[in-house]
Amino acid sequence: MYKILTMKALNPTVMQMEIESPLVARKAQPGQFIILRVDEDGERIPLTVAGTDAQRGAVKIIFQIVGATTYQLSLKNEGEYIQDFVGPLGKPTELEGLKKVAIVGGGVGCAIALPIAEKLHEMGCEVHSYVGFRNKDLVILEDEFSAASDKLIMMTDDGSYGRKGVVTLPLQEALEAGEAYDEVITIGPLIMMKFVVATTRPFGVKTTVSMNPIMIDGTGMCGGCRLTVGGKTKFACVDGPDFDGFEVDFDEAMSRGASYRDFEKHAYDEACNLFKKEVQ
Amino acid sequence: MPNMSLKKNPMPAQEPEVRAHNFKEVALGYTAEQAIDEANRCLNCKNPVCVKGCPVNVPIPQFIKKVQEGDFEGAYQVISLTSSLPAVCGRVCPQETQCEAKCIRGIKGEPVGIGRLERFVADYHNEHATEAPVKPESNGHKVAVVGSGPAGLTCAGDLAKKGYDVTVFEAFHLAGGVLVYGIPEFRLPKAIVQKEVDTLKALGVKVETNMVIGKTVTIDELMEEFGFEAVFVGSGAGLPRFMRIPGESLRGVYSANEFLTRNNLMKAYKDNATTPILRAKKVAVVGGGNVAMDAARTALRLGADEVSIVYRRSLEELPARAEEVEHAMEEGIQFRLLNNPVEILGYNNPEDKRDPKNGTVVGMKCIKMELGEPDASGRRSPVEVPGSEFVMDVDCVIMSIGTSPNPLIKDTTAGLEVNRWGGIIVTEETGATTKPGVYAGGDAVTGAATVILAMGAGKTAAAAIDKQIMGE
Repeated sequence: MYKILTMKALNPTVMQMEIESPLVARKAQPGQFIILRVDEDGERIPLTVAGTDAQRGAVKIIFQIVGATTYQLSLKNEGEYIQDFVGPLGKPTELEGLKKVAIVGGGVGCAIALPIAEKLHEMGCEVHSYVGFRNKDLVILEDEFSAASDKLIMMTDDGSYGRKGVVTLPLQEALEAGEAYDEVITIGPLIMMKFVVATTRPFGVKTTVSMNPIMIDGTGMCGGCRLTVGGKTKFACVDGPDFDGFEVDFDEAMSRGASYRDFEKHAYDEACNLFKKEVQ
Repeated sequence: MPNMSLKKNPMPAQEPEVRAHNFKEVALGYTAEQAIDEANRCLNCKNPVCVKGCPVNVPIPQFIKKVQEGDFEGAYQVISLTSSLPAVCGRVCPQETQCEAKCIRGIKGEPVGIGRLERFVADYHNEHATEAPVKPESNGHKVAVVGSGPAGLTCAGDLAKKGYDVTVFEAFHLAGGVLVYGIPEFRLPKAIVQKEVDTLKALGVKVETNMVIGKTVTIDELMEEFGFEAVFVGSGAGLPRFMRIPGESLRGVYSANEFLTRNNLMKAYKDNATTPILRAKKVAVVGGGNVAMDAARTALRLGADEVSIVYRRSLEELPARAEEVEHAMEEGIQFRLLNNPVEILGYNNPEDKRDPKNGTVVGMKCIKMELGEPDASGRRSPVEVPGSEFVMDVDCVIMSIGTSPNPLIKDTTAGLEVNRWGGIIVTEETGATTKPGVYAGGDAVTGAATVILAMGAGKTAAAAIDKQIMGE
């Protein structure tokens, strides 16, 4: 059992939690992920590490309530326990030697992008962060991004905060204006990453994407997280989760990501109904 | 007087048409009368060749003699001398190629049902034993075991009995390795695995779940920081292989590992399961090993109307245990032999890109094969019959064509050498790797093999670790 040290809502559907796991806290690097189960008989879900505090043995996770498991997790309280917590899994994001980087984050993906921006900033790298949200209410981690970035461009789909439009818009402008990034690192919905790659490809800027496919063991046993990268089968859990964006087959990844959509929708509705009944 | 019947006592089993719809164990086990009758077929040979066929050297005639006498607990104690998982071995060992293959009674008629007797004895013990195993006096030496599958559990058990302070590290949330995620309930009930793990715990073995060695903690850290004097790596086989044919990433294509893990470990077959699994109607399982049989029979129990094994060689070359093939056939699994998939076909609605069916499996194109000359392994290699392609109507394909070794431990352990296909290199007599103090065994060394071979390797390494720590 693993203790929930702190928790808070970052916006109406995004939660931040710190889980006590000294061994993971000691090891986890930006870009790596953990797998957790909320309770006995629960499903295993992967979540990217959003930060660590080795002294307190705390691992920070940020998640959006999208299904039954994340919903159940959100109902927990500080001081309570979750059943399982294992990691750090996957390879850390390769940051060595980078001097100027664009971080492009979308929605809850920004939570995963933040530790990368922070690490780069700490290394003395120039960081330009392009972060996008659907609307003002969903904006998270603005202060943290601001502190870790030399330049922060905030976008919302509806223009209710920052500039109106998608993140690829200012990125395109910057690249056209001659911004020379060593690398673009992008984390967010698959469709966003696909368009980021389409934006950077003509400029030939190395673009790293962080993939978050369906996973079970997370240690290279089940093969559920396979992706086609450069025409070859790769496993996000041991070969990734970071990959060269120019090589990833996004359409296939999107199709595979929808494998259990009906099941998940049903499970989420069930979980919500159960909760409503309990409240009544 | 020995029982001179040429046939084994048949194993009572659930009827095929009943068991095809439930996940309960297929084989029901001998009654005491059947066990004694079967035990009486043993000639108690002076030179028991059966024992030579057993990778863990169970004293077979001695335990069978106890069964003849009706001393079932005594029989269990005899088996326990060398085997730490009798209830498991009695169920999943390929006895027909091991102990029973050597049995003298097999020359004329069927061999003694050694596996069935082992199972009976172990089940009897589990049902009747009241005394908890005695925890041996500690010798103060710490040994780490990586992986809680058959190799790891055996190694841990042998060392614990000698008084070692053993900790088993498991990556999953539950101990048992392939015994819980791979082998289905209907062949090996999980309660039996749990019982074996509990027995080890009673002997003082600690089991730490959620520990991915190579990630959470490295082998070097185990030895330098955590004070383990030796480490046994029994981390199992690794990444599933795919055929590299078009369509393998369509929705509805699984590796057998994923399909079985969802079902067995994550209990996706239960009505209120939190982990989803595709309830397909027409399933093709590609491959011919035990894992393929397990996947096919699981798909059937999940409600498929039609399940086929697609294998590129003929029935004779099927690597699965004879009993598993027989059970699968009885249950109505179709064997489409001498066929090889060349492409998996997906649904694509050109009119509607958002059609939810897009990207799902609708068929599998295969080509017919014929057997050519024997290859280096002595097996006749299959050759494509030109122009013989045809399409199978399926909505789910399960690839069960083996695995390649997991890179996690190799990549994080300096000095641990692997062979050209990624298996950890060991000295066969001891299980010692190229890194001092580190031993390995099971699928991590051999690639996908059997439970009992993994147990044999765990046993060998336990003896070598004892020698290393205690001196000659």
